[in-house]
Amino acid sequence: MRSSGQVSSSSQWRDTLFKASTLGSAIFILCLLAFMVLVLIIYAWPSITKFGLKFLISLEWNPVAGEFGALTTIVGTLVSAALAIIIAVPLAVGVAFFLTEMAPLPLRPIFSTAIELLAAVPSIIYGMWGLFTLAPIMGDYIEPWLEEHFGFIPLFSGPPMGIGMLTAGIVLAIMILPFISSVLRDVFKMTPQVLKESAYGLGATTSEVLWHVVIPYGRRGVVGGVFLGLGRALGETMAVTFVIGNAHELSWSLFAPANTIASTLANEFTEASDDLYLSALVELGLVLFLITFIVLGIAEWWLKKSAPKGKGA
Amino acid sequence: MRARSAAVRKGSNLFALGCSALAALIGLAFLIWIIAEVFYRGIGAINWDFFTKLPAPPGEEGGGLANAILGTMIITALATVLGVSLGVLAGTYLGEFRHTKIADVVRFLSNIFVSAPSIVIGIFVYAVLVVPLGNFSGLAGAISLAIIMLPVITRTTEEMLRLVPTGLRESALALGAPYWHMVWHVVYRSARTGMMTGIILAVARVSGETAPLLFTALNSPYWPTGLLEPMANLTVTIFNYAMSPYEDWQIKAWGGSLIITVIVLLMNIGTRTLVHRMGRSKSGEGH
Repeated sequence: MRSSGQVSSSSQWRDTLFKASTLGSAIFILCLLAFMVLVLIIYAWPSITKFGLKFLISLEWNPVAGEFGALTTIVGTLVSAALAIIIAVPLAVGVAFFLTEMAPLPLRPIFSTAIELLAAVPSIIYGMWGLFTLAPIMGDYIEPWLEEHFGFIPLFSGPPMGIGMLTAGIVLAIMILPFISSVLRDVFKMTPQVLKESAYGLGATTSEVLWHVVIPYGRRGVVGGVFLGLGRALGETMAVTFVIGNAHELSWSLFAPANTIASTLANEFTEASDDLYLSALVELGLVLFLITFIVLGIAEWWLKKSAPKGKGA
Repeated sequence: MRARSAAVRKGSNLFALGCSALAALIGLAFLIWIIAEVFYRGIGAINWDFFTKLPAPPGEEGGGLANAILGTMIITALATVLGVSLGVLAGTYLGEFRHTKIADVVRFLSNIFVSAPSIVIGIFVYAVLVVPLGNFSGLAGAISLAIIMLPVITRTTEEMLRLVPTGLRESALALGAPYWHMVWHVVYRSARTGMMTGIILAVARVSGETAPLLFTALNSPYWPTGLLEPMANLTVTIFNYAMSPYEDWQIKAWGGSLIITVIVLLMNIGTRTLVHRMGRSKSGEGH
């Protein structure tokens, strides 16, 4: 309005300013990420130089003696995320398939909304629910039952306490289920109708269409969605901190309390009394950042490669 | 494909369909279970005092979480101002100048950044703000939430701007509108609903964040007095109270959980109806 009647020099100046500020903000995101990694490395430096690569393979975590090794928490992070994926992925395939192929048309938006609301619930609520509701049920019913029937496997032996690795895996699974489901739903929707109808025309049943047409067609998207869920599970803090039991121990038993990188940070960061302790915790954070960055990078790259295929159809 | 009898195929089909429906039911059941539990346990803590009084000393009954509610509002509002302004600008760059090399790199990184572990962002802000200032502060909390919001807003802004038809941009430019004027009055205006939705969803997401506040805003039993001091907030209070041995505090934690859940779900449902209504009125206008 103001500029339209004016000479072009002032509006050109505004144009330059506008473009520069959008470019500046975009570059700011890049710098922020780079700065973040740099700051983490600087803070972790005393620990990196003192322990070297031993940090990654040592089981010792003893703040009093000044000995720090990350293996327990790295294993805990990977195992809890793996458990979550094992539980959540089959469920997510079922949910996505139900949403795209099976649910009666009028009900689809309702189910979709419900699953997406599950994704919106803050993680601390999952933690509360996990600690006060799920953990007692796990300790009183599910873990004793598992031990009775599968106790010969080391994974399912040991005292059932309710809080521990298995409960953390289940809470994480419920948390990432909606993320994976909604990616899979979008991927399944990308399958061209013609392909599905050809298969149906040849006499394929609904589940055969899923296995032989929909999933192979969206293969990359499916893998990308799973990695996206994995990335979430690896970095999740609150839901895990509430229920994992926070013990720096490695155990074969899934019932035993354990620790993840994120839960260790949440519990110990404000208590870190000396510089080396703080530095070791920051190095843990750096390790977590790198792990999730790699996993999410793979997911992003994979999903991006799968996208043009859908647009071309 | 192996040849199998029709009965076997039909049977396995029914089985697969059954499993799929069961999975969807399980997903839905957990949602209802979690929300029901939050309401059932939290509703007892909600009363007038809860919204108006300071927390009672450990072990004593009564009091409220008024300071934490206020603190969460301050921190979230400040984070929104910072995160939205930068995020919308960066998203505009990605949407309007989408084919540049920088846009590709920023797009890729911000897609990853969206799911970066929020606790690591907390450590970063601790290192660059809390340590130099020598104090945990509400400001540091707000900045860590803003950093979490930034890539979310950037992404949704870009997606919404991409939906604006090129024809609209070209007609505005052909009428002699300068670029910024075209973006401001044409592109933003037609993408308004989508951008608002993205912003509200991002606010909903960060208002429930806990991990990045643990080492930045910390917590406080008092009213917020300044941005450079530790600031009470609902989520860290929930965490501390839930882990405490006092039953009254645990009930308060459930009360806090109820408030956060209701607000987050209302924001989500609100944006859905907003989008729904806008979509209908637009198609009614015959666009």
